[in-house]
Amino acid sequence: MTSLLYSEVEEELRAAVRGLLADRCPPAAVLERAESDPYDLDLWKTLAGEIGVAGLLIPEEHGGAGASASEVAVVLEELGRGVAPVPFFTSSVLATRALVQAGAAGLLERLADGRSTAALAVSFAASPYHPSRGSSVRSADGRLSGTVTGVAGADVADVLLVPADGGLYHVEGAQVAAVSSLDLTRPVATVTLDGAEATRLGDVDVAEVLRFGAGLLASEQYGVAQWCLDTTLAYVKERHQFARPIGSFQAIKHRLADLWLDVVRARAAARGAAADGSPVSVAVAQAWNAGVAVRVAEEALQLHGGIGMTWEHPVHLYLKRAKATEIALGTPGDHREALASLAEVPGPERGQQ
Amino acid sequence: MDEARLKERVAAFLSENDPDGDRLEFLRARFDAGLAWVWFPEGLGGLGISRELQQVVERELAHTPQLDGGVQGIGLGMAAPTILAFGTEEQKRRFLRPLWTGEEIWCQLFSEPGAGSDLATLGTRAVRDGDEWVVDGQKVWTSGAHHSRWAILVTRTDPDVPKHRGMTYFVCDMHAPGVDVRPLRQITGEAEFNEVFLTGVRLPDDLRLGEVGDGWRVAQTTLMNERVAIGGGPVRRGGGMVGAVLEFWREHPELRTHDLHQRLLSLWVEAEVTRLSGARLREQLAAGQPGPEGSGMKLSFAKLNQALSGLDIELRRDLGYDDWAFRRSETVDFYGRGPGYRYLRAKGNSIEGGTSEILRNIISERVLGLPSEPRVDKDVPWKDLPR
Ligand SMILES: Cc1cc2nc3c(=O)[nH]c(=O)nc-3n(C[C@H](O)[C@H](O)[C@H](O)COP(=O)(O)OP(=O)(O)OC[C@H]3O[C@@H](n4cnc5c(N)ncnc54)[C@H](O)[C@@H]3O)c2cc1C
Repeated sequence: MTSLLYSEVEEELRAAVRGLLADRCPPAAVLERAESDPYDLDLWKTLAGEIGVAGLLIPEEHGGAGASASEVAVVLEELGRGVAPVPFFTSSVLATRALVQAGAAGLLERLADGRSTAALAVSFAASPYHPSRGSSVRSADGRLSGTVTGVAGADVADVLLVPADGGLYHVEGAQVAAVSSLDLTRPVATVTLDGAEATRLGDVDVAEVLRFGAGLLASEQYGVAQWCLDTTLAYVKERHQFARPIGSFQAIKHRLADLWLDVVRARAAARGAAADGSPVSVAVAQAWNAGVAVRVAEEALQLHGGIGMTWEHPVHLYLKRAKATEIALGTPGDHREALASLAEVPGPERGQQ
Repeated sequence: MDEARLKERVAAFLSENDPDGDRLEFLRARFDAGLAWVWFPEGLGGLGISRELQQVVERELAHTPQLDGGVQGIGLGMAAPTILAFGTEEQKRRFLRPLWTGEEIWCQLFSEPGAGSDLATLGTRAVRDGDEWVVDGQKVWTSGAHHSRWAILVTRTDPDVPKHRGMTYFVCDMHAPGVDVRPLRQITGEAEFNEVFLTGVRLPDDLRLGEVGDGWRVAQTTLMNERVAIGGGPVRRGGGMVGAVLEFWREHPELRTHDLHQRLLSLWVEAEVTRLSGARLREQLAAGQPGPEGSGMKLSFAKLNQALSGLDIELRRDLGYDDWAFRRSETVDFYGRGPGYRYLRAKGNSIEGGTSEILRNIISERVLGLPSEPRVDKDVPWKDLPR
């Protein structure tokens, strides 16, 4: 049986990432840059190169660490907890997985030490079940044309990877237009290709890449939820009304107990998906964790009262991340629907009811 | 001991004991071989190894005679860990083996008419008389008292100190004179629980578990284990109550609706994440004692069972009920009876072993460290509490 606990190696990796984030990107710093220059590329350089997270999923023969998905998941927990504005998920998980599939040794080597950052031109609104949602890209005579909306991480990538007609292409000369995004810390862009020159790197199964990503995204969602819960707990112990800490009112305690139970199960679901990555485990983790992250962020806001509604308090960064991520790589409803066949819970027959 | 060595040990045991022979002899031999509960010490049915390894034994012995998890539930899940933690060597040796084999059934004499959620207000008195204690009082909702040989019992021994301090914990001889068990009919029709009147019941001091006045601490061990026993049992993916509903769902496409489908999928997911969480908790427990996190399992289990058993009736559009007869239950068997029974019995899941409200209090205070509500009962002697 695979373990759902954290290994020692994972705990060390977590400590390194958490320490760096505490030092270099507390929520106030994330907030400060959110509107001007959301990504913190200095931080990313340290994370990618010194701590070595960029190469975790890259095989050792291409200069990476050949680490397991469970290790990557721990990094994502911490990045979620910090709503850290770095392109780890988009470059080191999604784009890297696509490059590994395509067997693109050269690019993998460039990504492994953080020299380059890549993005996969797939919409965040796509899912393992609708991998081409948001994309109209076609290939003709070695050139690509079309648009992809909702691409996360494209505006900070120096390597743009575009899937088209079963192949993975390295494209230069694409037009990347950042759009004003719900998630301030992971904005999306529209990628437009107008007969762009493209080098075919190999085959890619976008649905598989998205499924792999969705399984790991559950760990980021768990991290977001855990921060919201911890922050709210600390607040309700401090804040006094009616001459008592508000956290001593049962109406509040019971809500937090229920949220805790949801978060505890989100952690187990995330560990399960990271450990086996099967379609069922991924769908379960997404169907559960995406909703939990939103729920805990919403409750965190509510239990902070007026201060929770201010731009100054970081809880909105988490709410925005949670809500945008609920859509990313399949909504909870998409994943539940997929479980109908994956877990043999068939729906009513046509015309039923 | 690792998995491989343990498997060898089980194989050696099987080569010497025929699982198709006498059931009881087989179970006794299994206990003596340390294969009952491997995390218990040697000589007491265990091998003193990690609790996780129990799964290995269960797998290897799946085809051999099994315990009755229904009637033996309180003994295995609550009495045994308490006896292990607080019993004398003699008590452990006397009680654990027949408890495990099921030769002796146990029940739990905790709740009283005036003390439910607030168990610590209980008033059943135990008064010392030489080497014996004389017990007088009334217990209620006592599941399975009618088949029990022994009970775990919490009493008040000192009414003059605040309620948490003046309690003492005993093993009660259910065959002793003065123990009167009367059935209480439940909403399911049958009587699974009872009221138990204790009148001048004499218990020798060597049936005391833990120190005089330390009964609350001993009871906490029982209650922590109870919540894990009720909620933390291993189930496979898609097993348990969701499995029971799914089986029918798959066989009856003509009864499916879109609304039920959406709800069933949500519950399926919740059941699965709860299962994973339980598996994770068990990994953490490994050998130690369950912490208050176990309360979370019981809370989830109650909610899921109630939602799923309710959905099951809607799915079937079943207006019937299998049997309302007032009789004493043999065991708790969710799956051996109809959907109406499952629905009604599951209502007890959020009451027995600590109500869901109390579990939320426990989680918020002991796990999350939130302050308790202002209390008026903590430092008042038990005898002066308002009733
Ligand atoms: C099927 C079944 C089997 C049982 N088997 C046993 C057994 O074998 N042995 C045994 O000793 N007991 C047994 N019990 C008893 C069970 O433990 C109690 O019923 C339970 O602890 C609740 O106590 P009560 O019934 O007195 O309800 P009360 O404590 O009076 O509670 C009534 C309501 O008030 C709520 N409430 C109480 N206090 C608070 C608070 N502080 N905050 C918020 N809400 C609160 C409760 O949650 C509940 O909803 C069994 C019960 C059932 C239903």
